[in-house]
Amino acid sequence: MFVVKVLGSACAKCKTTQQLIEEVTRVNAIPITLEKITDIAQIMAYGVMTTPAVVVNEKLAHVGSVPDKKTILSWFKASCCPADNHCC
Amino acid sequence: MFTWLADNLVFSWLQWPRNDPFAHSVHFFVMDTLKIFFMLCGVIYLMGWFRSFITAEQVRNYIQGKSKWVGHLLAIILGALTPFCSCSSVPLFIGFVEAGIPLGVTFSFLIASPMINEIAVVMLLGIVGWKVTVLYVLSGFIVALVGGVLMEKFKAERWVEAYVWQIRMAKTPPLNLAHTLPARHDYALNEVKTIVQRVGLWIIIGVAVGATFHGYFPQEWAESLANQDNFWVVPSAVLLGVPIYANAVGVIPLAEALLLKGVSMGTTLAFMMSIAAISLPELLILRKVIQWPALVLFVIILSVSITLVGWLFNFIL
Repeated sequence: MFVVKVLGSACAKCKTTQQLIEEVTRVNAIPITLEKITDIAQIMAYGVMTTPAVVVNEKLAHVGSVPDKKTILSWFKASCCPADNHCC
Repeated sequence: MFTWLADNLVFSWLQWPRNDPFAHSVHFFVMDTLKIFFMLCGVIYLMGWFRSFITAEQVRNYIQGKSKWVGHLLAIILGALTPFCSCSSVPLFIGFVEAGIPLGVTFSFLIASPMINEIAVVMLLGIVGWKVTVLYVLSGFIVALVGGVLMEKFKAERWVEAYVWQIRMAKTPPLNLAHTLPARHDYALNEVKTIVQRVGLWIIIGVAVGATFHGYFPQEWAESLANQDNFWVVPSAVLLGVPIYANAVGVIPLAEALLLKGVSMGTTLAFMMSIAAISLPELLILRKVIQWPALVLFVIILSVSITLVGWLFNFIL
């Protein structure tokens, strides 16, 4: 189970990011819990200045733009087998 | 090349007469759309490459600890090169403040970023020519510098919301999204795709409006309007621009129409800057970090400096 957090206030790009993550993980049957972080102090605590940003399992994965589907998938693939480079 | 393509399409292939105003408009439309899309893709791709090397978090690190003037200059240049979504204004503001960057420098960055950007530059180059482009970038630079310096002179720190000073950022190393060449290429290509998708329709509409003017605008109108400039035109244009908010793409065809109508360069530039730099949504977002007096001051300073730049260009051109 991945804990995914989308950081950003209620802007259109943040919503798009959230929907894309939901879509990609649903299609690929990746189990996640999705959280939306809108509190500015919490966002800054991740060292983020440009939103939307994405945190996967408490690790910053993306900042400043809407990620594409390939990028989104890579977060989950990469952490499933950290030692094996071929699986990604 | 684009003229040749448009020539072939309109005059040779469709065989429209060269002196027909409709054919002239279509010719202009075909030529300009091709040219702008071509330039836009190229420029966004290059900027995408550049941006895969530098993030806002890195911009902060560059500016941090620099002397005031170097700070202002860097903030404006980096602000022009790195666009951000207006919903990032608040975290950017706090991040800069937290890094000990003077408030004036932060404002210079916030003013420069929406005003000077590659889409505006490409549209200006494609539609109104390089002279106006250079003047626009130059005026954006001046306004961002003056605005930032003045905000500092008025000690705007007084009005920063108390909680802002308390926020601490994590000292995580900045995340660089694309390290390898293919990743940078992907990133740049993705930028081209999203930006062209977002602004494409507006460019076509904009150019179509411009093209219509090109074919049909009577010369006598232009001459009669050109003589109506006076002292109050610039401030009225700025005031008119304050409540209007549009991105560069929407503004530039309007600017071309104004220029074609014979409105002077300074007035047109002032109107464009006022629309791009001062926006109500942005102010409401910034209200989360600074109080109303500072925001009012911000609008006044920007309006006055844009007016002065407008007058200056009307005077020297």
